Amino acid sequence: MAETRFTVNGDERVVDMDPTTPLLWVLREQFKLTGTKFGCGISQCGACTIHLNGAPVRSCSTPLAAADGATLTTIEGVANEDGTRHAVQEAWIEHQVPQCGYCQSGQIMAAVALLRDKPNPTDEDIDAAMSGNICRCGAYGRIRAAIKTAARA
Amino acid sequence: MGKWTRRGFIAAGVVSGGALMVGVGIREGHRAPKLADMMTEDGETLVNVWVKLAPDNTITAIVPHSEMGQGVFTSMTQMLADEMDADWQTVTFEQAPAHEAYANYPLGREFLMGDTKVPGFVQDSLNGGFLRIAQSMGLQITGGSTAVRFTGMGGMRIAGAAAREMIVKAAAKSWDVPARELRTKNSYVHHDASGRSEPYASFAEQAGKYSPPTQPTLKTPDQYTLMGKSLPRFDIPAKTDGTAEFGIDVDLPGMKYAAVMGPPVLGAETVSVDVTYAQDMPGVIKVLDKGSFVAVVADGYWQAENAIRQLDVTWSETGAETLNQSDIFARMRAAMAEVGDKGEADVAVGNVRKATDSAARIYEAEYSVPFLAHAAMEPLNATAWVREGKVDFWSGLQNPLAVRDEIAGATGLKKRDVTVHNVFLGGGFGRRSNADYPLMAVEIAKEFDHPVKMIWSREQDTQQDWYRPASVSRFRAGLDEDGMPVSWDNLFTQKHDPPEASHIPYKIDNQLIHYAHVEHHVRFGPWRSVDHTQHGFFIESFIDELADQAGMDGYQYRRKLLEHSPRYLAVLDAAAQAANWGRAVPEGRGLGIALVDSFGTVVAQVVEVDVTGPEPKVVHVWCAADPGYAMNPDGFVAQIESGIIYGLTAALYGDITIEGGAVVQSNFHDYPMLRMREAPEISVEIINSGAKVGGGGEPGTPPIAPALANAVFAATGVRVRSQPIANFQEGLS
Repeated sequence: MAETRFTVNGDERVVDMDPTTPLLWVLREQFKLTGTKFGCGISQCGACTIHLNGAPVRSCSTPLAAADGATLTTIEGVANEDGTRHAVQEAWIEHQVPQCGYCQSGQIMAAVALLRDKPNPTDEDIDAAMSGNICRCGAYGRIRAAIKTAARA
Repeated sequence: MGKWTRRGFIAAGVVSGGALMVGVGIREGHRAPKLADMMTEDGETLVNVWVKLAPDNTITAIVPHSEMGQGVFTSMTQMLADEMDADWQTVTFEQAPAHEAYANYPLGREFLMGDTKVPGFVQDSLNGGFLRIAQSMGLQITGGSTAVRFTGMGGMRIAGAAAREMIVKAAAKSWDVPARELRTKNSYVHHDASGRSEPYASFAEQAGKYSPPTQPTLKTPDQYTLMGKSLPRFDIPAKTDGTAEFGIDVDLPGMKYAAVMGPPVLGAETVSVDVTYAQDMPGVIKVLDKGSFVAVVADGYWQAENAIRQLDVTWSETGAETLNQSDIFARMRAAMAEVGDKGEADVAVGNVRKATDSAARIYEAEYSVPFLAHAAMEPLNATAWVREGKVDFWSGLQNPLAVRDEIAGATGLKKRDVTVHNVFLGGGFGRRSNADYPLMAVEIAKEFDHPVKMIWSREQDTQQDWYRPASVSRFRAGLDEDGMPVSWDNLFTQKHDPPEASHIPYKIDNQLIHYAHVEHHVRFGPWRSVDHTQHGFFIESFIDELADQAGMDGYQYRRKLLEHSPRYLAVLDAAAQAANWGRAVPEGRGLGIALVDSFGTVVAQVVEVDVTGPEPKVVHVWCAADPGYAMNPDGFVAQIESGIIYGLTAALYGDITIEGGAVVQSNFHDYPMLRMREAPEISVEIINSGAKVGGGGEPGTPPIAPALANAVFAATGVRVRSQPIANFQEGLS
């Protein structure tokens, strides 16, 4: 065991756990941040997407050790500082994107990262940034439209 | 507490008894008063079990379905609130608990009686009999695209209308004016002549004393204020900020985590479990050998999953260890050969043999589809807490009432000692209607005093499924000199549900549709649209082949065979027109069309495919759908879009194969899903024909595979007769 220190959604955290434990399970079981979802465990579906130092990563395959000293953001911390919804969240509601909703935390985290890098993404940019995130309800068309709406916000 | 006397409640029960469970619940052992106690809080009056009117004039619809993305909480509430003239801003919903009183009675009646009309005066007693049947079937099901068309039409609307009529009657008495002079709007009663207005709640107590109308007057579409509107879904905001609680998110004090492993060859049992290494791994509390599966319980899920992968389990031999995919297909073809022209009949009209023998020519083709897994995004999971002779159980379930009964049966407890807490489903698609995994969670948890959350790995989810069956279908059509069919002979394997899935919409005078049974160990499960997924592909591919044989365009050929049905023609025409059917497409592209009537909704789709890449890419899908009336148009469109992507994923990539008796695929790397870059543009046109209201969750799925296959044919001249279609070119060489 070793102590790992990092920031999650602005809160300082220290955990003493097996450093090979995937971040996903630390977030969900230790911090009760259950908005980040388990889907496949092998970085294939994107349901567990969080931001590590601002970059989207698959928390199911990112060991706790990789977070040492890092800044993490999960879906619970993606809203604006004043507590209002992020433009991506607003667009998700406007386009009525989620169906079952299980993949949507990961989709939103991927979309937020995309728009940070490319404020006006092309369809090809959206394909590249979002194709790692599976949606079994097939909301892809609405996700694409919502990203474009959020880009205009 | 509920203020109603038992007698009063009996009377109110009769109201929704016209549609639902209340009146009969009384006769069936006085369950309704218990329900009233459970559902009402201080100061509230239970108008009927489907709607609760609080003193602050807020209205709560009690929805007996599970939310798995289809927007059912919203559409059900919308239907009730419209009939009640309720203020949408102050209407909310509650999910009904798993309780007999919520046994999905209108659903049972639809299945049992179809459209049989009965006079109002006998309806109460008749309902009693049928409720018993529905309850004995344990129906509280979300599946079969039933919510809007059965529960909504037969329950929520009637409840809302009856409640409104009772309130109006009470207001008329209170104000001493004729009821016909009153109007209702936004949860208020108005008497314009005297200028009086009062909220519904003012009349709740008096209304509760009335025996409600057994057949309240329902609105006609021109009177709808909420139905037919794309109202935003209640459940969406929580699904954008991580607060929506799915089964996997349940958190309880002292809870531990379980990983499980089932037999690679379905049906096998453990012979020995070597725990030497696993039981000493960090966090591991206990290794459990449950015979039909093994489990590791640990402080954390990751620890449990790590440990279970270290177990050395010997499984019994079932005889299926030598069975490969090709053997299963060989078995199907052998079964078909054995029955010959005497399969169990589905449809037998006219004289197929005679018509075929005298036809100008005969055309035959054989199709097949593979097994499919459901692959819901949320891996299967359930949390159970077994203590002091009671079970509390949390999961996202399509059939919570049946799960409660199964748990009671398995534990020997009384049903009332089993409480099922149903939460959001991270996808269902039929998989979450099965009680296998709930019972596993209880089996594990009963070894402990603390709650245990069982989570399946994606690998278990893929390999321990109940699968869309692989099947084979063979057609033989007699054609006249113009290439039009005079006979339709279809022999297929595996018949499940719904019974009409193999029927054809086309007018062909002589039909024999029959099937053969095939036994194997790969267990059957309902998969979004069930038998329609394969029959849609079979029938709509073969009719396209017949069109080609006749030298005709697939759209025009279908039109000729659908002249008897204006509804089918309208849907087919709408899709064709939306796609600008008949236009020239670039080299390497093709258009394909298909039409399927499933779950009461008629759907036609046109696919434009591009075959210039390494695998076919669907560029655009134009869809026309006639559900009779779309209660929430945007919600309906979302369901159709979803059904298309679900069906397209299967058509392009879906392939569960069996080797050595075991499922080969394990996760998304070898059981791929359609992703953003492969997702087509989808255009959906709703046709509100006024026909009996149909479903939304499933009907989008069946037409997409044949529309794609037909488009591939148009683009390449290659007829695809099996799936997955992504690698269709591999079979050409």
